[in-house]
Amino acid sequence: MAAKLRPTPGQTVGPFFAFGLQYDGMREAAHPYSPGAVMLSGRVLDGAGAPVPDALVEIFGADADGSVPTARGALQRDERGFTGFGRAPTDDEGRFYFWTREPGATAGAAPFFATVVFARGLPRHLHTRIYVPVDDAALAADPLLARLDERERATLVATRTDDGNLVHDIHLQGERETVFLGY
Amino acid sequence: MALDTNARAAATAAAPETLLASPDMPTQAQIVDEIAGRHAELAKEAKGGAELPATTLDFAAYRSSILRHPTKGAYIVDPETIELHSPAYGERDVAAIESDLTAHHSGEPLGERITVEGTIRDSRGKALPSQLVEIWQANSAGRYIHQRDRHPAPLDPHFTGAGRAITDSEGRYRFTTIKPGPYPWKNHRNAWRPAHIHFSVFGRAFTQRLVTQMYFPGDPLFALDPIYNTIRLQEDRDRLVAAYDHDSSKPEFSMAYRFDIVVDGPDATWFDHGGEA
Repeated sequence: MAAKLRPTPGQTVGPFFAFGLQYDGMREAAHPYSPGAVMLSGRVLDGAGAPVPDALVEIFGADADGSVPTARGALQRDERGFTGFGRAPTDDEGRFYFWTREPGATAGAAPFFATVVFARGLPRHLHTRIYVPVDDAALAADPLLARLDERERATLVATRTDDGNLVHDIHLQGERETVFLGY
Repeated sequence: MALDTNARAAATAAAPETLLASPDMPTQAQIVDEIAGRHAELAKEAKGGAELPATTLDFAAYRSSILRHPTKGAYIVDPETIELHSPAYGERDVAAIESDLTAHHSGEPLGERITVEGTIRDSRGKALPSQLVEIWQANSAGRYIHQRDRHPAPLDPHFTGAGRAITDSEGRYRFTTIKPGPYPWKNHRNAWRPAHIHFSVFGRAFTQRLVTQMYFPGDPLFALDPIYNTIRLQEDRDRLVAAYDHDSSKPEFSMAYRFDIVVDGPDATWFDHGGEA
């Protein structure tokens, strides 16, 4: 086998990514009026608790039955299919939102959205997960969550709102710093 | 940290452009010193056996990173299901003209016409077809079209500076564009970013997601720029500098640059999840 190539290092997304990365329907992995659609929203916050208005959050999630979406056309949204992928720049209050479906569980792991965070001031992107708040037993049995203490676990599990949607803040730094992942 | 994070978060956010200037506006000489000092610390840690990422998150010379970098280090996990896949793209997602940034308006943009081409591979050297490549950049005067960019250089009515391409069956992409100008910013006094093009690629697993910047060979601003220097090793910084490719330059039309990209992979669990649909 050939020697392993050294990966290209990452660099910050910078302040002016919006015109390069936006596309129609980028926040809608599922159409808002489609069956099973939920809103996943939250804020990106810095180490002082201030909103980060120039961050970009991306999610990639399985379909409601736990299957991985493989249909092409993730960029050309047609308001019908489900691609699992969403991209949301934060607004001036650091807020992001997506319309998507809740991923179904796969064997031995609690369901989550694979999540990547980019921002001006972040020298490279960060990987994390946003877990769906299913029952406590399923969360406790998850291989990653089982390794974390209560504070850490709370940074990865979304909260269910009264209207059935999901809310989750991402703290880049500080007491409530989100658990970020490496592979 | 003594700050009440909830109270701060509830406060109304400042307009983003007011956040762009660093609070202390140090001199360029001070920034160069800080870069050298941090590189020396990191070299010492590496020598002591620490496994350090190519790009340093905690890099105070890049002032806006101070409150925005995590301090706790990443949890190493085995990627699971969804993380081993990537959003699916195909040729239909992108129109051919999107890769020619000089053809998005009714006239020709000003500046030095260039082509940028390369191959996207995984760390085993396998070329990756059907990859979405997104780029964005300043115009030839160093001005971004973004509404928050206040740099008093001219906007070019014939240049937006955003492009997309899908890699072909051999993992190749190609853009035609204008060479961007250096861009002034407010990290420190008289701060200029080396001319660069932002690149975004996905790889074949979500763990391989990459956003980076491509630079041009021989830029005198390299040693002065804290963002370029968040990458601690020269050999890794060199990977972000395109090569001038005279054989691909077109006589009396455009200069050619080559920029190959290698996405990282979860090596142990790598599997093939299907090629072109």
